[in-house]
This record gives sequence, C-alpha cells and structure tokens, in this order.
Amino acid sequence: MTELLEVTDLRLSYGKLHALRGANLQARAGEVIGIVGESGCGKSTLASALIGLPAEGAALSGSIKIAGQEMVAASAASRRALRGDRVAMIFQDPMTAFNPVLTLGDQLIDFQHRSHLSRKEKRAKARDMLASVGLPDPDLALKRYMHELSGGMRQRASIAAALLVSPDLLIADEPTTALDVTMEAQIIHLFRQLRAHHHGAIVIVTHHLGVVGELCDRVYVMYAGEVVEEGTVDEIYHSPRHPYTAALIACDPMHLEVTDQRLPTIPGRLPDLTNPPRGCAFASRCVKAAAICAEPPPRKRLSPTQAALCHRIAE
Amino acid sequence: MSSAADPLPRKTLPLPASLRRLMADRMGAAGAFIVLFLLAIAIIAPWIAPYDPLKINVKAKLLAPSWEHWAGTDHLGRDTLSRLILGTRNALWIALTATGLAGVIGMILGLIAGYGPRWIDGILVLLLDSLSSLPMIMFALAVITVLGPGTQTLMLVIVLVSIPGYARLIRAQVLTLKNADFIQAERVMGASLPRILLVHLLPNVVGPLVIVLSMDVPVVIMLEAGLSYLNLGVKPPEPSWGNMLYDGYTSLRQQPSLVIAAGIPLILATLGFTFLGEGLRDALDPKLQKRLP
Amino acid sequence: MTAPAKPPLYVVENLRLDMVLPGGPLALLQRSDRRVLNILDDISLQVERGETLGLVGESGSGKTTLARAMLGLLPISSGKLSMNGQELTPGNMAQLRRATAMMFQDPIASLSPRMRVGDLVTEPFIIHGPRPADRAATARALLAQVGLPPEMAQRYPHELSGGQARRVCTARALALEPAFVIADEPTAGLDVSVQGEILNLLADLKEQRGISFLIITHNLAVIRHTSDRIGILYLGRLVESGPTREVFRAPAHPYTASLIASEPDPDPRRRRQELAIKGEIPSLLRRPSGCEFHSRCPIAEVICHQTRPSLRQIAPGRSVRCHLAG
Repeated sequence: MTELLEVTDLRLSYGKLHALRGANLQARAGEVIGIVGESGCGKSTLASALIGLPAEGAALSGSIKIAGQEMVAASAASRRALRGDRVAMIFQDPMTAFNPVLTLGDQLIDFQHRSHLSRKEKRAKARDMLASVGLPDPDLALKRYMHELSGGMRQRASIAAALLVSPDLLIADEPTTALDVTMEAQIIHLFRQLRAHHHGAIVIVTHHLGVVGELCDRVYVMYAGEVVEEGTVDEIYHSPRHPYTAALIACDPMHLEVTDQRLPTIPGRLPDLTNPPRGCAFASRCVKAAAICAEPPPRKRLSPTQAALCHRIAE
Repeated sequence: MSSAADPLPRKTLPLPASLRRLMADRMGAAGAFIVLFLLAIAIIAPWIAPYDPLKINVKAKLLAPSWEHWAGTDHLGRDTLSRLILGTRNALWIALTATGLAGVIGMILGLIAGYGPRWIDGILVLLLDSLSSLPMIMFALAVITVLGPGTQTLMLVIVLVSIPGYARLIRAQVLTLKNADFIQAERVMGASLPRILLVHLLPNVVGPLVIVLSMDVPVVIMLEAGLSYLNLGVKPPEPSWGNMLYDGYTSLRQQPSLVIAAGIPLILATLGFTFLGEGLRDALDPKLQKRLP
Repeated sequence: MTAPAKPPLYVVENLRLDMVLPGGPLALLQRSDRRVLNILDDISLQVERGETLGLVGESGSGKTTLARAMLGLLPISSGKLSMNGQELTPGNMAQLRRATAMMFQDPIASLSPRMRVGDLVTEPFIIHGPRPADRAATARALLAQVGLPPEMAQRYPHELSGGQARRVCTARALALEPAFVIADEPTAGLDVSVQGEILNLLADLKEQRGISFLIITHNLAVIRHTSDRIGILYLGRLVESGPTREVFRAPAHPYTASLIASEPDPDPRRRRQELAIKGEIPSLLRRPSGCEFHSRCPIAEVICHQTRPSLRQIAPGRSVRCHLAG
C-alpha cells in the first residue's frame, strides 16, 4: 500500500517547549484523515510542519515523506517547490490568507505561477474552480476584493485557491471554525463532494468532533504533542480505547441526552510541555491511571486500523 | 491561604513595580537619572551657584574656562556656570509647567470630545483644528506683541499651541476604547460617568500621553531657548539657556566656549527626557509585565 | 391555568431597534437624508423567574444587539422593556443595573485591562455599595465561589486563560446577587473539556440562587443542555420559540429545522447526506420582501414572497412565524 503522506517520529520544539513529541501518521491517496485535539495538543504545529512552514526558531527532527519525498531534511528550495506543487493549505481565517489589496481573480491567477498556461487560460481555470466550489456568479467574484465577500464565500474561495495547484495533499486547519452552523454544513458538504473528485489525500485539523464524524475516514487523536490514539472514525467514536479519547467524546454535548443540564468535563490540565513527564502525559487527569503510568506508555495495536498509546488497555 | 498577605494593593499599578521596571531598562534608568539630576540642580540652584549670576564684572568678560570660572564668563563678565545653573531652573519651570498644563487641559478636552455627545465633539474638534492651523511662530509673535515678552506670555503661547495635539491623542484613543467590551461591561454594571472616565478610560489612554509629554519637554525647552534667543522669551538679565546661547553667538568669534557651555545642558535635557519617555512607555504597560510567579 | 402570583422577571414587548448608518462628513447637515437600518423588529419575549431562556441565531441575526438593548446599552426605537412588572426607562436604569449582569462573549476584553482580578471582582460593591470592610477577603470569597484560587486576585486580565477569565467574569456578574444574567456565547473559544465546567457552574448558580439566565449562542448543543426554553432569531425577527425539548424534537419553522439538521454529528454512522440549507443569510441592507427566510426556505410558496408572516401560537407556549407551519 503506498502512503501519500508518511510522518515518522516527528519532534518539534521551540526552545524548551516540546510541542511535538514523536508524532506518527499516514495518509493514502483518496483518504480523508482527521487530526483532533484540544488547544495546546500540537495539532496546528503538526499542520504547519506538514506544509513545511514551522514557526521561526523551531527545531524539527524525524521524517515527513510526501509521495516518497523527504521534507524534513530537504533544502528550503525543494521544500518550497513541494509546497507549491504537491501540498496546499486551507486556513481557519481565509481573510488573512489572501492579500487584501488584490482582487480574488488576480490572486488566483498568481497562485498558478508554476503553470505554463496563458493568463487568459489561468483566469478561465480560476473561474471554473470557483464555480466548482459553489461560489455563485464566479465571473463577478473574480473582480472582488476579499472584504467584499462573506465568510462562507471567502472559505469557498480559499478552497478553490488550494485546489488550483491540484495538490496531492490538502491540509485544512480548522476550516469551519469561523463559520456559522448553516455555512459550516455547506463547507462540510463541499469537502465531501471534493473527495469524490480529488485524487490526493485530505488532512482535516480540528477540535470539532462533529466535523470529524461527518467527514473523515480515519482519525488521529492528539494530546500533549503525541498521537495518543488512531483508528477509523467508527472505531474512535464507537469504541475509543484511550481514556483521553473516551473522555473527549464524553464531553461533547452534541450526542448527549439532556439529563439535568450538567455536562461531563476532564478535570486537571495539560502537563507543562517545557518539562514533559517521562510517563503517560494524560496520567494526572486519567481515571484509569495506575503506578505503571509513570513509565513511558507502549503503543498497542488493537485492530489492523486502531492503535493507542496506553498501559492500561488489554491487547 | 496565608501566603498572600494582602492580595489587593490599592493602586491599580503599584508605583514601586513600575519604577523597578523603569530602572531595569538601561535607557529609562539613564533618562530618569539625568532628569532627576537636572531637577535637583534646579531646586538647589541658588545655593550651588558659585557666583551671583546677574553680577556684571566688565573687567572679567569673555574669560575662557578656568579653575575660577569653570565655564568661563560672558560678554558682561557674568559667571557662565552660575547662569547655567539658574537657567536650568527657568528652563525646567517653564517646560514642565507649560507641558503639564497643556497635558492636563488637552486630556480633559480629549476625554470630553471622545466620550461626550457628538455635537460637543464636533465643536471641540473644530476649535482645536482652528487653533492648530495657526502658524505657530506668527501666532507666538502676535501674542507676544499684544502681551509683551516675558515668561508668562511664553508659557501661555506654549500651552495654547500644545493643547490640540494632546487633546487629539486622547480623543482618538477614547474613541477606540469607548465601545470596547470592558467599557460596555462597566456601563452594564452601573458604573458612574466619572468612574468610567477616570478609573477605566484614563489609565488606558494616559500612558501614550505621558510618553509624548515627556518627549515634548525638550521641544518646549528648545522653543523657550529659541524665543529667548529672539529676545521674545525670558527677559534679560534673567538667565535662560536660550538667551545665553544668543549671547554666545554674538561673541562666538571672541570666545566659543560660551556657546558650547550653553548647548550642553540643552542636549542633556533633550536626551534625558526622551530616554525617560521611552522607558516610561514600557514600564507603564502591564501587558509587557512578566507573569507573576 | 391560574394567573402567576408575580409578573415574569423580564419582559420585552414589540421591541424595534433601528440604527442610523454613519453618513459622510456632512451627515449632520443633511438630517433628512439619514439612512436607517432596521436591526430588530417585533421582538416579544419573557424570562420567567429561575428559568434559562436560550436565544439562538447565526451572525447577523441581531442576538447580541438584542442583549445590549435589553440592558439599556443601546436605545430602542419602539416597544417596551420591563422588569418585575415595572417599565424600564432611562430614568430608572440604575435599578436595572443592580439586579442584572452581563457576561460578554470575549471575557478578557470585557475586563478593564489595568485592574487586577481582585479589584475587578469587588468593583460592583464599590459602585453600588456597601463597600466591603475587607476588600481582599471579599475578593477571595468571590473567587472561591467560581472555583478560582485566591492567588488569582493578583493577576491582570491578560494573564488569564480563556476559562479563568470566564470564571472571573462570572464572579463579577454574581457579586451583587443579581436576579437576571445575560450570557453572550458563554463557551466561545473554550475547549470541550472546559466548556462543560463553565456550563455546569452556571447551572449550579441557577439552581442554588434561582438566577434567571438569558443565554445567547449559535451553538445548538450548548443551548440544548442549558436552556429551558429557546427562541430562534433570523435577520432580527424571532421566528420560533418554545420549550427546548419540544423545539428540538419537532421544530416548527423550516429555519429551525434546517439549523438542527445542519449541526455536524460526531457519530459517523449518522452522517448527514443531504444539505439541509443552501445559500447565505441575506444582508440587512437587502432584507427580502415577505418572509425574510423565503430566499433559503425549502418549502416557500408564493405567499411567502409577498406577505410578511406574524408570530402565531401553535401550541401552549410555542409560537412560530411562518405561513405554512403548524
């Protein structure tokens, strides 16, 4: 089986802060994977490392292979080439992903600078792409500036921009977080249509379990810079094995039946990542924690697709 | 929980803490030191001046610096060091009172214009704009012509021309803050108008004003020197850095040390107040403070 | 049904709110030509003692404007607001201030940035009196009520996490033991594991002190767990209201139905195949004729384009603004 994206033991630190502590994940062509976790778990750091844009001063080690090509050790120039060609990103706030003083059309033409098409052909391609992401009146939209578009239209435009380079890997960082419910549903729907035509892999980074449930095939759950559990979306939702995954799903008010207006929570807080514990990072908040959790947790394979980083589950 | 003796100091920003922070900043500390030094000189001026600054001694005119006269003498044989020391008093008195007064008036007008009803804002902005559209030198000359030269006229001119800038600075900040959530929150809570203005708005807008004021003090000293140089400011024989510079220039050929001696305190004051302003900007902002351990 | 002994805690009757669009620099001179934008219209609702009313709406629905108008932060154009059966006027607003509190969407921005937490939580006493004899002790007690350690009193707002700032705002809101608290997006920006803590805290307070809440949010999951009754806003009109359970079980207005059907479901076995609603909320500047929702409504008929529906009762305690529902 060929992996389009293969991340092995990825570690990233900013000075003393260990933001990623050995993350592993894979994605195949045609697959939608989800990376979920709460703030501070390292999911956005992972996303920016995947597109080869980690923050200034970050020390990166491990391996990221995209279509077999190593990114971590690659030169800045080849990383840039890979970014323009193979990988595209959709941001949470599309307003900041576009230049406010250029029209949408000019920017969509500009994004195709690697292609050898004429300007007119590029414009036509941009128009078609806008139409395919469901932007009403794409000809008019090409002449607009970003501030003239609504939030939903902007997010559609940024998806169109990402697809223009026909990337192998499409990374979306919280693509619906800034949107209203009805708009969110429409963008999710668009992603679904997209996966039918898109030949590459889609990585959705989100804190929203609903987005994962609606969209993803497989899920990676992150906590304190590690992937603590992975599995198919059905396994993760219906038989989570890592206590953190279970707690996270239990907290989501969406599926809970109304009882007495009280919601479950996860007491405690994230460990200090400048001085991460040697053992399991979740142990201090875990209901199943035992003495053994002070040792580094083993990765247990639970099914051909499911694995979790925990001492306390029987294989 | 007895570890925290009093978790609620009365001051919103305890003075010792901001002072400590000012001192931790090398430039701010240097600025504060120079300003304190000049202030000290201004206060004890009559006691440390080695000679009577007004005493003319034609026999000893235009002397070079010597053990007897550290900074030499001027064309009337007056001791330059003594005149500089007394001049410090004049310079700081004029600059601090004028900028202070202009700052307070500008702040009040800015608060009223920014937070008050729109019609008051319209009238105030029109007045301030008209005031600042007058060409300053001409305006100064006109006022001096009417009221006659002198320290008080000089201060009046400086206050009048400085108010619009300060008022506009405060007004612009009040306008951006008056709809901020925390001001709305205070309104919901029923805070009185004076409380909103003085406890919540003022501390958040006064920082930049303090900085601008501190940096404007040397500008005013220069202005005083300039107008005094034109004999429109401090009346001779009263010593001022400006009219000393003037005296220095007239006798530049015979004795250059006079100009140099009169220039040094001016430069020192400019640097001192500018550094202090920069230091204050950082020290007064709690957002730049390190999280308490 | 017997008439209640006391009037509802807070009543909004036929509220309308217009805003004047800022004109050019000479706007003051051309008074006649001002552009007026209608933000809210025909809003009537009541909050009973000890109940939580949820207001749901997407951005542009006017939900935050309504909250601010109810607290006298924005002048209303027509209609009537009353509390404890007494009409609210600019004159008796002080009384309202004491008995109500608001929790803003961005908790850090709603705290005066140069004051410490200890001063902030005790400020209501300084404003309304009586001044506490020992302000530090009062601050500690208030912080303890919302589950914050006493050291927090020393912090400045920017030094707080989102969850801590929420708790500080809650402590401040509760200091004077208000009868009515408006919470605007009480869980915005919080992780799910922390979200529950804040909502549970509000639920405890409601139970222990009988405080009435108005919770404003676009998050249906939150409203479903916290509210006894809900109202749905669309383009500044209340389109449906009723007991939470019933509205969720059988939404009467097509907008409510599509909102509920739009919410992403974390259970992959219940994926939503069909798109419940198309298009975007129209701009307030181009308010559709007739029923505001007809441009996106799956069941709209000719009458919906022409005639504006009014709110009508379809069952005890349930109303809907739709020609075709019920």
